[in-house]
This record gives sequence, C-alpha cells and structure tokens, in this order.
Amino acid sequence: MIVGEQKPIEEIWNMVKDKKKVLVFGCNTCVAVCHAGGAKEAEIIASLLRIKATEEGIEMTVDHGACERQCEPEFFIPSMEKFKAHDLVLSTACGVGVNLMSAEIGDIPVYPALNTEFYGAVPKAGLFVEMCGGCGNCILHLTGGICPIVRCSKSLLNGPCGGTNNGKCEISNEVDCAWYLIVERMKKLGTLDKLLEIQPPKNWATATHGGPRRMVLEHIAALEEKEDKTAKGEVKK
Amino acid sequence: MKSDSNLERVILSGKPAVTAELGPPMSASPDEIVHKAHTLKGFCDAANITDCQTAVVRISSIAAAFIAQREGLEPVMQMTCRDRNRIAMQADLLGAAALGLKNCLCIAGDHQKFGAAGKLKGHPGAKNVYDVDTTQLVGILKKMRDESLQEGGDKLEVPPKFFIGATWTPMGDPMDFRPYNLKKKVDAGADFIQTQGIYDMELFKSQCEKARNLGVLEKTALLAGIIVPKSAMMLKYMDASVSGVTVPKPLIDRMAKAKEAAGDDKKKAKQLQEEEGIKITIELIHQALEIPGVKGVHIQAIDWESAIERIVKDAGLYPRP
Repeated sequence: MIVGEQKPIEEIWNMVKDKKKVLVFGCNTCVAVCHAGGAKEAEIIASLLRIKATEEGIEMTVDHGACERQCEPEFFIPSMEKFKAHDLVLSTACGVGVNLMSAEIGDIPVYPALNTEFYGAVPKAGLFVEMCGGCGNCILHLTGGICPIVRCSKSLLNGPCGGTNNGKCEISNEVDCAWYLIVERMKKLGTLDKLLEIQPPKNWATATHGGPRRMVLEHIAALEEKEDKTAKGEVKK
Repeated sequence: MKSDSNLERVILSGKPAVTAELGPPMSASPDEIVHKAHTLKGFCDAANITDCQTAVVRISSIAAAFIAQREGLEPVMQMTCRDRNRIAMQADLLGAAALGLKNCLCIAGDHQKFGAAGKLKGHPGAKNVYDVDTTQLVGILKKMRDESLQEGGDKLEVPPKFFIGATWTPMGDPMDFRPYNLKKKVDAGADFIQTQGIYDMELFKSQCEKARNLGVLEKTALLAGIIVPKSAMMLKYMDASVSGVTVPKPLIDRMAKAKEAAGDDKKKAKQLQEEEGIKITIELIHQALEIPGVKGVHIQAIDWESAIERIVKDAGLYPRP
C-alpha cells in the first residue's frame, strides 16, 4: 500500500490560513490503514484547524468528509457539490489523490495534508516499511523476494558494498543491509547460485526515469466506451 | 599490456606492487596535491586519488589525478557510482583518458548520509545516483576499452585504455558471499583489486583461499589493503566501527603498550605509537605478500603520507621497479 504521514499542523495551517471555507477530505484506503488520512484523521485535522482559527482570531469554516478512494473519480464525483461549496479542499489522500482530485475539480484548489512516503508493508501494528520501489521491472525472483532497489541504500544489483556492519547498512545501525538479507535468504532457499550471475546495467526507463508512466488496458477501455454508448442509446444491446 | 599503466607494468613484472593513497583537499588550490604527490613519488607504483571519500566535497578525482600525474606520480583515478550516471561516467572516462590517465578504480562510494562519519556536515540531503553498481561500472570500462563500445552500444573512435580496478571487502558481512562478490567483479573485467584494510591476516588468508578455489586470483592482481595504524584508539575504533575491519586483540594490546610506555608524556605517546604502527604495518605487508595469489599491497597512511617512504624502504620494497 501507499504509506503517508500527516504534515505538521503548522505547515497545514500556513497553507490554509487565507481561506474562508475549507473542506478536509479523507481517503479511506491506504492512508487510512496508516492512520494518516482516513475519515477519522480528516475529522481530527478539521478540528485542529478550527481551534487554530479561533486562537488566531480568523473567521474560517472547516468541514470534513471522505470517500473510499481519491484515486478513482467514481468515488469522489458524488461529492462534487460539496467541493464546490468550499474555497479549498485539503486532501488527506496520497499525492495520487491530490493530483486527480485537483484535475477533476478544476476551479477549486486541492492541497495536500500528507507527505506521501513510499510503497510499504505493515509487518506489525504501527510499523511501516518500504519494500518496493515500483521500478517497473521486477527482479524479486532473483533476490529471494527482497528488493535491492529500495531496500539497499545504494540500489546495488550485484551484491553488497563494503559498508555492511554486523548485517546492518552503513547509513544506520537500525537499517538492515538488504544484501545481507538476500544472501541469507538465498542460502536458505538453496538458490545462492543465482546471485553469481552478473546483472547488467538496469534499464531505468521503466522506473520514473523514462518520463511519466501510464498503462493502458485496451480491452477494458473499449468495454467502458461501449457501455457508455449503450447507456446513451447510441448502440443497441 | 592492456593499458600504458606503470601499475600494470609492475604487476606483469611479477614483483610485488605497491599502491598508496592521496586524498584531495577541500580547497580550490592544487598545492596540497602537489606536495603529497612529491611525498609519495618514487615510493609507490601508483597512488589512488579518492573520489569525494566519505561523501564530502573535495577536488574531483580526475582533476587531482591529472595534477598528480603532472608532478610525476602515477594516479589511480577513483570513480564512485554515487555521483554520476552512466552518461557522466563514460564522458568523464573519455576525458580522463584524453588527459593521459591510465588507471581507474571503480567503487560504490560512501553513502551521502555518511558525511565523514559525522565529523563534517557533508551533504546528507543530496540525491545519489547509483545508476550502475561497481560490477556494472567495471563491465562498462571493459566494454569501452576492449570493444570500443559505449554501454548503450555506440561506437567509440578511440577507446580509453584503462587498467581497471575494483575493491574487495573480504571480511565484510555476509562473509561467505565475499569470495563470490570478488568473482563477479573479476569476471566483469577487474584487472586489479584493492582490499579493505586487513589486520586479521589468518582470516584474510582463508578468504583468499576460497577466492583462489573459485579460480579468481589467477585472473586478477590482488593488492592487500594495509591501513597504517597511528594509535591504540584508532585500532579500537576501526575494530568496532569500520565495516569489514576486524583487528586482533594482540595488535591493539601492542599499541596500548607503546602508549603506556610513554607515561604521561603525550608527545612521546604519539611518537611511540606511530613507531609501533609502522612496525605493525611492515609485519602486515610481509605476511600479506606471503599469501598465495597476493600480488602487492595497497598502503593507506591516512593524513600521514610522509610515513610511506619509511614503510616502503623498511619493508624492503625500495627502490620501486
């Protein structure tokens, strides 16, 4: 899932303080799981902003709401009237939600209340760990299911650097050396020989280095178009 | 010969090779490089010119290497994977070759969070590159030199004839993978290897044995890294904190004894420890050169370049071939 963290309330306040009618709008999927941007957190942020406005003697209405997912229009379009009744939407979604809502709402600004952090797992309650870099060219079958792109501080593909110390990374003794983990896992799996193959320079074009990425599923897009036309009576069933 | 390098010539001669290290300054003046080059000249076959080691900005390795070469000291230019993508790397390699540089050591580079182990500010907020890793950079250099091809496949009119180096941390974790790590770098094209500082020669010997069994040591020139110890405190610090370095207790005890012999006289304590440090270094050099497959030593006298002359002479490695 996408892990996000709330921005400090002071930073949020500085974004919104010139507005009169603010809607704090939550997203109930990933960022709700990390207790940063679901309906509950949106409500708390709204309360904090109201308190802040009172303290500062500023007249401001702060409302709150939420939808299931801000990364798909069908979930937030029903709230369009609500958005239009405000002069700012403060989204507690990840950056994807902020981008899409901003594009769809158009004439009302959508600001981020969170810092979007990473694609992460929740190995135990309250702990979120980055585990995938979304590089567009997965090699986890070669590395024992441990991603060297984001779990190695140097994204090394052919083995550890000289900075491993007692299984920890040179950047911090709280960070595991991914290559230490990879070697240990591959030993357990009996597939250490896979690590002996030299991995050639990676094609980073599939990651964020090849320009903005998009993916089209032609059959799904065509089906959707057909359903639209059917609904409008342009095509017979 | 693959290159015009003096280091390669010495290695091919079969005599033990000696490399040293020259750290460029945080300054726009060439003076310190010129001074250090004259201190080292004649006492090593080539000297590594570090590339913003510990992720701190210094005169670039290429520029400092050029200055050292002008002064008559053969440099081993270093190139980290931290600061350049493959385009910048290859452009700099062509430029370095055009300037007459002959050796290139490929390294991952200390992470920018490292910032001189907290002693300096550094640039912990910098964006690193790591477009390619060390093994891949070695492969790129080999492809450029031997096939006149860039990584992307475009032809080079004149290839850069580098003697290609890489590093090895034989005693780093995970230790049983380290010989394979070396094999990958050598298979990719590393002509010579410089190791992390070795104090535990028995352990190093057993790692070398494993590498030899993989058929690696006949394909490359392994230079054992020796970091000249200056004090008991330095040895304790390296043992506890430097990745891949373990210092046997008897060596720490020897240094501690040298310090104690000076009583409260701090100047004398420094002097006695430095004396002992040089003795230890010479012993380590001799032990390393006896290990089958070891073709030379890489002596690092950090901020103590003036010690190299005496070490090389007392170790019986002078004059250089």
